[in-house]
Amino acid sequence: MVRIDAVLVALAVASALGVVASQHQARRLHGEYEREQARAQALEVEWGQLQLEQSTWATHGRIEKLARDRLHMQLPPEGQVLVVEPQS
Amino acid sequence: MKKQRAVTFNHNPLLKRELPAWRPRIIMLALMGCSLALVGRALYLQGVNNDFLQAKGESRYARVLEVPATRGRITDRHGDILAVSTPVRAVWALPADARLEPAQVRELARLLEMNVGELNARLAAGRDFVYLKRQVPPEVAQAVADLRLPGIHQEKEYRRYYPGGEVMAHILGFTDLEDRGQEGIELAFDKRLSGRAGARRVIKDRRGQIVEDVEAIRPPRDGDEVALSIDGKIQYLAWSALREAMEEHKPKAAAAVVLDVRTGEVLALVNAPTFNPNNRANLTGAQLRNRVFTDAFEPGSVMKPFIAALALERGKVKLNTPIDTGNGRMTIGTATISDTKRHGVITMAQVVQKSSNIGTVKMAQQLGAEEMWHLFDQLGFGTPLNLGFPGETSGRLRPAKTWRPIEQATMSYGHGISTSLIQMARAYLVFAREGELVPLSLTRVDGTPSSGRRVFSADTARQMRTVLAMAAGPGGTAIRAQVPGYTVAGKTGTAHKLEDGRYARKYISSFVGFAPASDPRIVVAVMVDEPSAGQHYGGTVAAPVFSRITEGTLRTLGVAPDMPLTPLQLARRGGDEAASEGSSRESM
Repeated sequence: MVRIDAVLVALAVASALGVVASQHQARRLHGEYEREQARAQALEVEWGQLQLEQSTWATHGRIEKLARDRLHMQLPPEGQVLVVEPQS
Repeated sequence: MKKQRAVTFNHNPLLKRELPAWRPRIIMLALMGCSLALVGRALYLQGVNNDFLQAKGESRYARVLEVPATRGRITDRHGDILAVSTPVRAVWALPADARLEPAQVRELARLLEMNVGELNARLAAGRDFVYLKRQVPPEVAQAVADLRLPGIHQEKEYRRYYPGGEVMAHILGFTDLEDRGQEGIELAFDKRLSGRAGARRVIKDRRGQIVEDVEAIRPPRDGDEVALSIDGKIQYLAWSALREAMEEHKPKAAAAVVLDVRTGEVLALVNAPTFNPNNRANLTGAQLRNRVFTDAFEPGSVMKPFIAALALERGKVKLNTPIDTGNGRMTIGTATISDTKRHGVITMAQVVQKSSNIGTVKMAQQLGAEEMWHLFDQLGFGTPLNLGFPGETSGRLRPAKTWRPIEQATMSYGHGISTSLIQMARAYLVFAREGELVPLSLTRVDGTPSSGRRVFSADTARQMRTVLAMAAGPGGTAIRAQVPGYTVAGKTGTAHKLEDGRYARKYISSFVGFAPASDPRIVVAVMVDEPSAGQHYGGTVAAPVFSRITEGTLRTLGVAPDMPLTPLQLARRGGDEAASEGSSRESM
């Protein structure tokens, strides 16, 4: 009789500890999940900012200015354009 | 040694005495009463009063968090970003808590790029809550947070950036501080663009960390991305062509629009003067105005081709029918209509080519008022396009019953009727599209283009194309609309402006045309308001802008030239220049 009681008490204690442990683990994992989500959001924001930066650098006005001023490019004058006809 | 006697308590004489029977019973009853009270209390707390306590408990550890949703991006037809929201911070203060040292105030003012006096004034305003500065970039906000000043707080908000700047300003519009659309596409597509913030209930621990998700009350919904029909490159081309015209002719304003003939998409839409949507301090109404949509003007001669086409369609005239324009003056009732030059007897095609008012009036006189009204109505004049653009004008088209003969005559050459530039551009689709009119679209059209509504027969449209190509060719009013390598067609307009009910000596020069004339791909409409540098004819002011935009657009779209390049070059250039080019080609 006494032995059965002892086993049951031990089981109850073990199960209680198990609950505590798994609860703790669940919270830890949840914290991790939250952090990852925040990171995902931060990356999303950064992506937006990078896209913004890219399109700012790639403004047509800026490209035209660079092409003209730095690379000394110009529109070909009329008569220097050769149209390649597709051979049918 | 005295031997000890073992004492056992089993036979305690005290126990021998019988207790009175009521004593244990009272104890039992008392104990049972106590436990009953406990059970009752437990029942009350967990059963009856449950909701109240649950709420109280949750308010101590459960929190409802807002899950932010971002406003959708706007892109051009190739997916290049035109508008994007990115998080920034608003710095606010509780003046009652914000007791700052003068040095701290100076530091804060330096970070926020504010005046120390202004900052102090805000903090001393005597309100419970003041914004110190809104739309602060994240790095600056972090530096402010690192100061750890009492009573200074921050909250997250969004700021919209427009990398296209002033080139895209009018088409896109802008948003207010709360990220709601105020103008342009931002307002027209506000429903689609704006996201809906979600909410979720969580449990937080003592340190404020989320330990458990209870429920998602509402999932966040980010705003949809809107892909416009605008082509960034064509838009830029149109903008720089317009800017050049602004410098050369010093007009009050100018506007241009480019349409795709096959799909009815708006490829570019520009206005000048413009503004920088990223910095909207000191804006004037004139800068904000999107003239393409909101300004109705009397179109003038660009109206003539429609009358000619209707007369052609009804079989009243043929392209070579002679029309007598006399000595350039004609009286109807008490009014006199005049041409800029006397043309004598010319063909119907030449009436359009030379832009003769009298010739057009003579064609209009063969048509009924009702017939003309029906044409204008079918072309969409007097009806808003309903693209959702704020402040869009419908133009002005009076019912045919109220027309007097002189009015019918002036309407045939575009006075006494008003349209917006985009309505006029759309109407020209009937010539470019075999007589059909299609609805316009500001968003990218994927798949098959929508089918149109027939206004003229394909044959009429084709004949009008040759007439309009003549108008933009040698002997026409708009030789400067020509584009090397491509055939173009179009019509100039030079209209007097109405001021206080009278025609003033101020002009609106316009040009509406399409290219290539053999198989049109684009319609381009240009309007220049009050050119003030000497020139005011549509052929000299607006046609060169058309030429620049068309040339760049056709190249961007990869349209094959339909005309050999050299003859035009010889016709336009001086002999020695052509010779030097010839030699440079040989050396290549």
